[in-house]
Amino acid sequence: MSRYETVIGLEVHAHLKTRTKIFCACSTTFGSEPNENVCAVCSGMPGVLPVLNAMVPEYAAKMGLATGCEVNLKSVFARKNYFYPDLPKGYQISQFELPICEHGSVAIEVDGQRKVIGLTRIHMEEDAGKNIHSAAENASFVDLNRAGVPLIEIVSEPDMRSAEEAVAYLKELRSILLYLGICDGNMEEGSFRCDANVSIRPVGQEALGTRAELKNLNSFKHVQKAIEYEVARQIDLIEDGEDVVQETRLYNADKGTTHSMRGKEEAHDYRYFPDPDLVPLVLDPAWVEQWRAELPELPAAKRTRFMADYGLADYDAVLLTAELAVADYFEAAAKAYSGQARKIANWVVGDLLPSLGETGIAAGDCLLTPARLAGLLTLVDDGTISVKIGKDSFRDLCASGDDPAEYVRARGLAQVSDTGELEAMVDRVISENPAEVEAYRGGKTKLMSFFMGQVMRLSKGQANPGVVTKLIQQKLS
Amino acid sequence: MKISPQEVAKVARLARLDLPQDKLELFAGQLGDILGHMDKLAELDTDSVEPMYSPVEHTTVLRPDEPRKEHGRDEVLGNAPRQDGQFFIVPRIV
Ligand SMILES: [Zn+2]
Repeated sequence: MSRYETVIGLEVHAHLKTRTKIFCACSTTFGSEPNENVCAVCSGMPGVLPVLNAMVPEYAAKMGLATGCEVNLKSVFARKNYFYPDLPKGYQISQFELPICEHGSVAIEVDGQRKVIGLTRIHMEEDAGKNIHSAAENASFVDLNRAGVPLIEIVSEPDMRSAEEAVAYLKELRSILLYLGICDGNMEEGSFRCDANVSIRPVGQEALGTRAELKNLNSFKHVQKAIEYEVARQIDLIEDGEDVVQETRLYNADKGTTHSMRGKEEAHDYRYFPDPDLVPLVLDPAWVEQWRAELPELPAAKRTRFMADYGLADYDAVLLTAELAVADYFEAAAKAYSGQARKIANWVVGDLLPSLGETGIAAGDCLLTPARLAGLLTLVDDGTISVKIGKDSFRDLCASGDDPAEYVRARGLAQVSDTGELEAMVDRVISENPAEVEAYRGGKTKLMSFFMGQVMRLSKGQANPGVVTKLIQQKLS
Repeated sequence: MKISPQEVAKVARLARLDLPQDKLELFAGQLGDILGHMDKLAELDTDSVEPMYSPVEHTTVLRPDEPRKEHGRDEVLGNAPRQDGQFFIVPRIV
């Protein structure tokens, strides 16, 4: 047991899936030509006025409602002042004193332990542009397409105690955002970003240690590794009698280390004040009630229901509900299937998810539709094909969209249960392997699997294993 | 003094204002007068008054989420001191 306790708080930035930017009508399309989606407002021309996109407070409030926050009927936009070329106005419009949502929570589970992580606040803000630096030309190139894209920042309490808990929390948040349909959750493209505040303290100490803020964490794996590295680094410092410095540190994915950004950033002194260009946002209570009514079944609720209704294990329920499209696929297949839903779960977790992961196809677009998967399992259940043939055909069926029964017929994959045909194969295996037959009769009954393998080879995997076992036992007893 | 010359220098640096060294005392005095007046106002009991965040009579103004393109890229880049038809170009940052 370590003498130190890790304390982690996370700040998550999620791009909202709106069509236009937060304060102007420019498109938010990702991957456009540089500076194609820019206007006088988002390029910071003097004299322009920001006007709030109606979808932004709706999405932000929905995230708050989904995480048990209080939605503030009155919230205020503030200016966060700093200078950087990707921020043309010299300030970012954000929220400070009165954010749209506060005091929520998200439940996570790590190693079977349930834990509730507090949410301090959710606020709305605009994203900055992007810079490309060129040493050769001794210049930086600024693209403002992303400047003004709407974000919500979700700030947690320092409630997490390990990298695993931090990752579980992030996965849960991402899942909720995807269920709400308000963020695409793409970490590589930066539409779901995370900064981690990490500190350590001796076990039993109440006061928090000095924290480092980790940036550049663009995958769950990076979050995990960066936190683990940072905790080890801070323990080393303290054991050596040195102090942890409060600073921002960048994660280097290639080396798996974090390094200080000292000198590159002015001390955090943003001089927030209410933005005089924007009136306070006042929400009609009726809107909030409407948004609450529109919330879909959320991942945690779906997980509980899947376990109760379909008899799923916790582990499978987590995997099946992480993404809404997968959950919908599973449920449709389970409804189309007359056997145990747990079998469908096994195939979805064991075969469908890896296949989707490799091909990058969404569950909803898979050509092996839920009804066809149910059909495939029925073919296995009624003995038409073996489990092995079923598994082997899976990827083909995903790619081709063939009806499983047609597919099996066209390729002659049906299982051989005909006793006469199988008996001939068993006889051949017995006559070709006298030494093994001798040993089996002498008591080495483990050789059954050898005979079975030989018959399977002769039948190209299509022999009904139950019938073959019986035949071998009869003939060798 | 309400605000020290050092604090004035710091705020000026954060705001990228080039303040001559010999003016720091002068501005510290003037800013101090303003802050002093704020303290005077703070003597009023405002416990039962809702804070005002905007002098504008507030009605929430929202815009429908419909994209509109107002300017071509050449226009957007047109006023920049340096650009290459694609990007704004600024002195190298890192
Ligand atoms: Zn714009």
